[in-house]
Amino acid sequence: MSVRRLADEALQPATFAFTKENQAWAEKKMAEYPPGRQQSAVIPVLFRAQQQQGWVSRAAIETVARLLDMPYIRVLEVATFYTQFLLRPVGTVAHIQVCGTTPCMLRGAEDLRHVCERRINHEAFETNADGTLSWEEVECLGACVNAPLVMIGSDTYEDLTPESFEAILEEFAAGKGSSVKPGPQIVRQFAAAEGGQTTLLEKPTATRTYKPFPPPPAPADAPAAAPAPAAAPAAAKVEEAAPTKPGRKRGDVPEEAAPALKEPRLAPKASVEKAESERSKADAEAKADGKPNKAMRDDATGAESPAGKIDAGKAPGKPRGKKGSV
Amino acid sequence: MANIKVDGQLVEVPDYYTLMQAAEAAGAEIPRFCYHERLSVAGNCRMCLVEVKGGPPKPQASCAMGVKDLRPGPNGEPPEIFTNTPMVKKAREGVMEFLLINHPLDCPICDQGGECDLQDQAMAYGVDKNRFAENKRAVEDKYLGPLVKTSMNRCIHCTRCVRFTTEVAGITEMGLTGRGEDAEITSYLERALSSELQGNVIDLCPVGALTSKPYAFHARPWELVKTETIDVMDAVGSNIRVDSRGREVMRILPRVNEAINEEWISDKTRFIWDGLKSQRLDRPYVRSGGKLKPASWDEAFSAIAKAIKASGGGNRVGAIAGDLASVEDMYALKALMTSLGSGMTDSRPAMSGIDPSMPRSAYIFNPTIAGIEEADAILIVGANPRKEAALVNARIRKAWRAKSTPIAVIGDQADLTYDYEYLGNGFATLADLATGKGAFAEVLAKATKPLIIVGEGAVSHGAAKSKQIGRDTIALAARLATGANVAEGWNGFALLHNAAGRVGGLDIGFVPHNGGVCSADQIGLAGDGKLDVLFLLGADEYDMSAMGKAFVVYVGTHGDAGAHRADVILPSATYTEKSGTYVNTEGRVQMAERAVFPPGDAKEDWAIFRALSSVLARPLPFNSLSQLRAAIYAEFPHLGRIDQIAARSVDDVRKLAGATVKTKTATFASPVSDFYLTNPIARASATMGECAALQAGLRQAAE
Repeated sequence: MSVRRLADEALQPATFAFTKENQAWAEKKMAEYPPGRQQSAVIPVLFRAQQQQGWVSRAAIETVARLLDMPYIRVLEVATFYTQFLLRPVGTVAHIQVCGTTPCMLRGAEDLRHVCERRINHEAFETNADGTLSWEEVECLGACVNAPLVMIGSDTYEDLTPESFEAILEEFAAGKGSSVKPGPQIVRQFAAAEGGQTTLLEKPTATRTYKPFPPPPAPADAPAAAPAPAAAPAAAKVEEAAPTKPGRKRGDVPEEAAPALKEPRLAPKASVEKAESERSKADAEAKADGKPNKAMRDDATGAESPAGKIDAGKAPGKPRGKKGSV
Repeated sequence: MANIKVDGQLVEVPDYYTLMQAAEAAGAEIPRFCYHERLSVAGNCRMCLVEVKGGPPKPQASCAMGVKDLRPGPNGEPPEIFTNTPMVKKAREGVMEFLLINHPLDCPICDQGGECDLQDQAMAYGVDKNRFAENKRAVEDKYLGPLVKTSMNRCIHCTRCVRFTTEVAGITEMGLTGRGEDAEITSYLERALSSELQGNVIDLCPVGALTSKPYAFHARPWELVKTETIDVMDAVGSNIRVDSRGREVMRILPRVNEAINEEWISDKTRFIWDGLKSQRLDRPYVRSGGKLKPASWDEAFSAIAKAIKASGGGNRVGAIAGDLASVEDMYALKALMTSLGSGMTDSRPAMSGIDPSMPRSAYIFNPTIAGIEEADAILIVGANPRKEAALVNARIRKAWRAKSTPIAVIGDQADLTYDYEYLGNGFATLADLATGKGAFAEVLAKATKPLIIVGEGAVSHGAAKSKQIGRDTIALAARLATGANVAEGWNGFALLHNAAGRVGGLDIGFVPHNGGVCSADQIGLAGDGKLDVLFLLGADEYDMSAMGKAFVVYVGTHGDAGAHRADVILPSATYTEKSGTYVNTEGRVQMAERAVFPPGDAKEDWAIFRALSSVLARPLPFNSLSQLRAAIYAEFPHLGRIDQIAARSVDDVRKLAGATVKTKTATFASPVSDFYLTNPIARASATMGECAALQAGLRQAAE
């Protein structure tokens, strides 16, 4: 994130006006709040303006402010606070939001970004040559199962590879964006497992049969405790089937449970020496000597400061130096 | 009331108190940046953290937590907070460390250095180490107008300036844009602020992010001599502190006076000081051969003596006092005029409806400025308080914000920073209201504490109109202020003057007497050749071209309109250069003190008149300021009671209400067209000129 300012004055349109439908929509939104509190509708109304115009211009901010009877600066505060408001013109056909948060990054979001950089513009928010496409990197879009993904408009395109993503870009660039099916771009139903089900494949064998509720036992039959002997063998069975026991073999651990155990002798991916030298360099810069910083602790007395050395500890309130050294 | 233990000490405080107020009541000091008692609570600096016993195991922001939010102990003991435990110490050190992460280490070149909250609190509550090894953030400086200089790297986002401009000044132009590390304080599109109270954000800023542009790099606070005195830019009489170095006034700051200006001052008060150094009259001048030539005091006095001798004295000699004259100056001048046998003295603007026969209640702001907050209906007649008395306007806004006091205006329809009902601008509207016509008349009739503010524009209608309009306006306003439902002891008739010297002049009777006539008539007589000598005591707001061939003696400080017309100029002292008594529009007597000495040969006004009286062989009976004051206090005892308002009576206002009204039509307009250029000092100030030009739209806001 960086400082968010309104677009250059040369890019700003002179006026902004809601379309009839949007005006009616905004008024309906305002009516959801008590009279005098119509300002609460600022975010949806401003977002509607962005949907109409493609971005939020100064004129749009001022129009929304007048509509909601708010000072301009208050709407500007909202518009600059939320990164979802685009403060400069973006691609007229599509503005591609590439998710760059950890799950997507691990699954290849950086490759998607490189595609954008190559195919659209090297810089985020800049448009391609015909002004139809632009891109930005955003935080989590909330479909991590189908990572990596991009969002265009209000649709997400998931399970992308650089190739499939580029194909989608081509479609949008050619103005045929609506022909691309949103959602997973591989064989997958929504967030279900890739390539079909992998679990719960067998037919359930258990059958449920109706058993009438046992009637209350007759008081005369009280000593006959039938369920008690049946419980003992069941308990013994459970003990036998317990999967984890102290002396079990390594090979028994499934790979999914502990992947590291399978490749212990491979070369470390990060160099210990490099990490150590970086740490010690940082320590030296921060003047940290590995000892806890005494001055920051609750029991700090001030004696740790260099001032104690300068006047040999003679200052009042400071612990005195050794007798011989004074 | 609620009981609370602060650091083991039990105190009883009102239950609406915050923990911070309770701690202060117990004598525990709590550092803060964003909290300000006259602004809403933001709670975003986190410097005021305290430990709450039995509360959550984390420090609490004491400015944002109320005493009644705390639970008592298990056995009903009073709740307990601590301000001196290791947890609090560590919390303060942590907050301070974070605040300093992005704060530049530029104290040596920062104008706030020496009076900086962050500097002081870093010394008191911070640690001397920094663990932050990254780059500090950099923020672009913003343009906020010609008065407030910004250095936004230093900003700690306390948002005091945003809250002040929104809440007190009533302009919603500043805000915090962006978020997190990219948060920035700015005005909308970096336009200049439009408030006449904007200078106060300089005082409010706890760091050096907002500083004074005219004062930038001029002086350090510790090398300035501080003089506590009174402001004369308007009739409010704001309490100020003049900071001077050597013979120069370096800056002007507000003092706290809850009854008058709270702790704000207007921009004209704050930034006027460069006008004290330019266009000054520093030696006497005598006109010879049509041109003003430098002269000695003796030459100037003998020229005046010659002119007075030729006129024969009596009512052929007149005197008009201007807006900035102190009581001492006017008393001395009046004594001189009396010794010459003249009753031609006046301190009122042309054709004022305030008659010398009227009681004191007719020409002061009876309900007092603090009393505005009690009023339950306000009518403003012929005044633009925002321009004429910015702090009275701030009080009205405060009352309006606190309890939505109904307000109506007859006169100019201007942006007053609060909502009001606009009734019209004519005398007929006021007359209708007084007879009970209209919706607002009902509001006023029901009000137990109605406040009728009558501006000078409604009382003085200029040389072309009659005095009767002003008198009738006073009568109608008095009628509205003394309705049937008015509470006992409430006097709602309020005359809003716009000149600091006016009430003082009226108090000592610097008005026509013994056959004298008012200021406009004096000028008329001078034009007709029936008045030979006219003294102008800093009077620049009159029609200088209408004085005919009269011999004009200008006693003043700046080369303004009066000095251009004068035949003899006697240089005198401004309000920062003399000790003088001023009576504000409430009738409150205040004493201004000398901060610096007048430039060149200029002398204090009363001493000039005393010296002139000797040359005229009619020596005045005082040789020192204390003798002069003794004479004033003997004649007008209420002027000796500093900081007090002499008791006034509602019955006097009732008598005024009984007067017959003859006027049929007239229009009310504020006499102040340009807030920044109302007096000779302001007109000599480059800063004020810049503000006026900006306001007039002559200059583009962006630099």
